[in-house]
Amino acid sequence: MNSIFRSKKAQSAVEKTAEIVFTVCAFFAVLAVLSITVYMFMNGTPALAEVGITEILFGSIWKPTASEPSFGIAWVILTSIVGTTLAILLGVPIGVLTAVFLAETAPPKLAAVVKPAIELLAGIPSVIYGLLGILLLCPAMYSLEQKIFKGSETHQFTGGANLISAVLVLAIMILPTVINISESALRAVPASLKSASYGLGASKIQTIFKVTIPAAKSGIISAIVLGVGRAIGEAMAISLVSGSSVNSPLPFNSVRFLTTAIVSEMGYASGLHRQMLFTIGLVLFIFIMIINLSLTRILKGGNKDD
Amino acid sequence: MTEIAATPYTAAVCENSTASIYNKKFRLSDFILSGLINLSAAFAILLLIGIMGYVFFRGLPQISVEFLTTVPSTLKGTFGIAGNILNTIYIILITLLIATPLGVGSAIYLNEYAKPGKLVRIIEFTTETLSGIPSIIFGLFGMVFFGNVLGYSILTGALTLTLMILPLITRNTQEALKTVPMSYRSGALGIGATKWYMIRTILLPSAMPGIITGVILAIGRIVGESAALLFTAGSGFLLPKTAAGLFKKIFESGGTLTIQLYLCMSKAQYDAAFGIAAVLLIIVLFINFLTKVLSSKFDVSKID
Repeated sequence: MNSIFRSKKAQSAVEKTAEIVFTVCAFFAVLAVLSITVYMFMNGTPALAEVGITEILFGSIWKPTASEPSFGIAWVILTSIVGTTLAILLGVPIGVLTAVFLAETAPPKLAAVVKPAIELLAGIPSVIYGLLGILLLCPAMYSLEQKIFKGSETHQFTGGANLISAVLVLAIMILPTVINISESALRAVPASLKSASYGLGASKIQTIFKVTIPAAKSGIISAIVLGVGRAIGEAMAISLVSGSSVNSPLPFNSVRFLTTAIVSEMGYASGLHRQMLFTIGLVLFIFIMIINLSLTRILKGGNKDD
Repeated sequence: MTEIAATPYTAAVCENSTASIYNKKFRLSDFILSGLINLSAAFAILLLIGIMGYVFFRGLPQISVEFLTTVPSTLKGTFGIAGNILNTIYIILITLLIATPLGVGSAIYLNEYAKPGKLVRIIEFTTETLSGIPSIIFGLFGMVFFGNVLGYSILTGALTLTLMILPLITRNTQEALKTVPMSYRSGALGIGATKWYMIRTILLPSAMPGIITGVILAIGRIVGESAALLFTAGSGFLLPKTAAGLFKKIFESGGTLTIQLYLCMSKAQYDAAFGIAAVLLIIVLFINFLTKVLSSKFDVSKID
């Protein structure tokens, strides 16, 4: 019966290999993030050096294919910021209130129907949102535009593909994210807090808005931050409903977001223009990294409170 | 809902009678806020019904045998999405083939081998980061990293998507591993099983439903993905003609259903676009149904 010793040795080799293989797998994510970061900077910086960082970030004229090209992306960056902010302002209240409905006020049977519906909403491919945006939102926007700017000579008609259409699509697309995360935050609020509030004579609604929501604050904030990340990174849904020229982010202007500039121009861009699109990608990447870092901060802070 | 004194009847009682502790006080702010809550929820539901209804209303009439089994050809005068369906299946298979072992392995390391510390925090942070990166960035990265070598091809697209769905599979596997009771582990190790043997025969089978759920969710993401594929997998729509072509297809450009939908949209071929959209929604519904069934049937934590 000396076999257990031998088999132990053979087994330990297998054990070692298994451990090494799993470790390598785990480091794959680190490797991926590192190489994405390196490649984004490698491809995004050459244009910065060539055109000049101030001209790119603060120039407002985007004419990449003109004989004397100009590469100012100030409006593009501003459009992404304004568009995301508006989408958040619209989507977050609806999302948080729906989360309140699911977690607090809805009868369980109704909640059991609403919750899967929200999950389904999250699964719908973004191009479908874009398709519906073009066919339903844009015509409505166009008739609105014709009414408002009737007789105006300075206004460029966009056919309904404008900032408002894009913001509406974005606001709808961040709903499932905001609802799901806010709901679990609201559900995690201890029942004792609510009971205390009821005991003091507060009504259900008062308890929700004065006790439950403030107690779930860190979770709701992370829902908002994730919503920001989703809105700023969305490309395909808004690429056809936001218009096709670079303009200041006014409601009825045809605008370009950071993402839509890349999607619609990468197909034919070459040389410096192509490098510039990577610079736009780099700007977007930096935005996303800031959002990710602040999210981890918030989650850490939230854990300390517990 | 019944606790909210929001009906006109109680309101009237409050105004007429002298204050009584048995009558709930009517608060206008409560009434408005609960109205807003119900309105928001109704909006979310109507939105889903509206989207589904409109897409099926416009899309279902487009779906026919010809639509599903032919490729676009001006010569034969056909328009179909068979090529795109095949491309989608290719990309799903190749992506999962690479991403599932990596993701499951990573989860096993994090849950079973790693000691809590800086290293684990770094790996978990990067996994989080990876899931927060928007797909257009993956598209740009895939285009210069894999695309420089492989060009526009199904393989380029699949490799790019591997990075994208890796966090999804890792996290789902991790969650599943966490629900396996500690006693299973100590039981197996106590009767002399080695760690790898314990993982292989006890942990992985117990965690299988969670892993499968992760894989199905990943399929959903791949089917719906477009921005990351536009500049990596390209937009080819033809079917391979020979058996060798079936293999060679991996190195050729191939657009998935979403890409074809996007192209139809930008060419204003809305009927075809709605046909594809309806097909996509049916797939999404099916995937959703599948995850529901799986997570309710094989919930390890509920069996115990």
